[in-house]
Amino acid sequence: MTTVELLWNGLAAFLTLCIFSFLYKDNPFYKFAEQLVAGVALGYWTMLLYHTTFTDKVLIPIFQQGKLHYILPTIMGIMMWTRFSKKLAYLSRIAIAFYIGVGTGVALPLYMYNYVFRQLQATVVPLQFSWLGLNSLLMVSFVTCTLFYFFFSKEHKGTFGGLSKVGIYTLMAGFGASFGLTVMGRVALLVQRIIFLREYFIALFGS
Amino acid sequence: MRRQIPLYIVLVCGIVFVIQFFIPSHESEFIFEYGQDWVMVIGILALPLGIWSYLRKTWLTAVKKPKERFFAGVSLFGFAIMMLTGLKRESLMAGSLYMELFEYVLIPIQATIFSLLAFYIASAAYRAFRARSVIATMLLGTAFIVMLRLIPLGPISDVNQALVGWILSVPNMAAKRGLLIGIGLGAIATCIKIILGIERTYLGRD
Repeated sequence: MTTVELLWNGLAAFLTLCIFSFLYKDNPFYKFAEQLVAGVALGYWTMLLYHTTFTDKVLIPIFQQGKLHYILPTIMGIMMWTRFSKKLAYLSRIAIAFYIGVGTGVALPLYMYNYVFRQLQATVVPLQFSWLGLNSLLMVSFVTCTLFYFFFSKEHKGTFGGLSKVGIYTLMAGFGASFGLTVMGRVALLVQRIIFLREYFIALFGS
Repeated sequence: MRRQIPLYIVLVCGIVFVIQFFIPSHESEFIFEYGQDWVMVIGILALPLGIWSYLRKTWLTAVKKPKERFFAGVSLFGFAIMMLTGLKRESLMAGSLYMELFEYVLIPIQATIFSLLAFYIASAAYRAFRARSVIATMLLGTAFIVMLRLIPLGPISDVNQALVGWILSVPNMAAKRGLLIGIGLGAIATCIKIILGIERTYLGRD
């Protein structure tokens, strides 16, 4: 490690220890790192979006490529700033309405396709007399039962109640698996941070 | 009129963008891309609102709470340093001060905050997962089996590996599909309500 790398890694190690200090209790070191990350994250995203979106979608099209129709969304964007004034705040609704209108118009068919049709297509597959076929059958049954559980227009009693109970068991198995994966993902991150600290201290003081 | 015009804009934009999805052509592709650009431009120009809100809140904290003044200053310093180091487009290249700050300040802190959750998620799980009912036992059992498969030593047995494979590909996938279909149907209903002007909370109050 060069001296510059050692200094940068020293800063990263110090901030890592600041955050870990929260395990003891809330303290000024943790607060320092917490406030620093808030400011740095905002500054990072602001400049990244300025270069990748504002420059590429506003400045270059209007001033370099002469695409004057990009002035319209720019005016709409500026209308968002009218929220600072109580009298003119209603103008910002026009920009919001456009944003919402395009957003919902684009999202509606995509939700229908990705979240409903494609999921159903992957669930209902031709049945085979094999282990795979049994799993496919179980998949259809579990998905159907899960959907029954979310159907609140009928009381969950009798056969319907039994099926919705299978649905909640399926959901719990799914949540359990997701929980297990999340916990182990976080443990992997923890191991990674500890390895980083170990390597830094080895580089600093030698093995 | 102040509330009517935005509702008409939502109606027209919503219908146009739903229709363009079902008519694949150069024209509809142009409308889609142009609309997306509009949304991005409006979004980026709304960013100053958020920055103003952050600066105002941090400044007021510094003025009203002397004990918090140092930390508010740290936050403002972090923001200012990133703005200054990122002024030029070249600063997005690897090796610039802006990217070094990203790599050695932002990434370590965020990774450590997420790794802290390993401790808290375990204590939360202890409270939530006590096997009091069949449902809780099911959750606990599945989580335990999946976690056993992912220990750093690798799978403890072939049975465990096969069982986790089955859990992930059948009940876990079925639960996710059920949820996704539910979310999809809910989102479609909400989109239709927004386009038709039934749902209008985004307009706020006068």
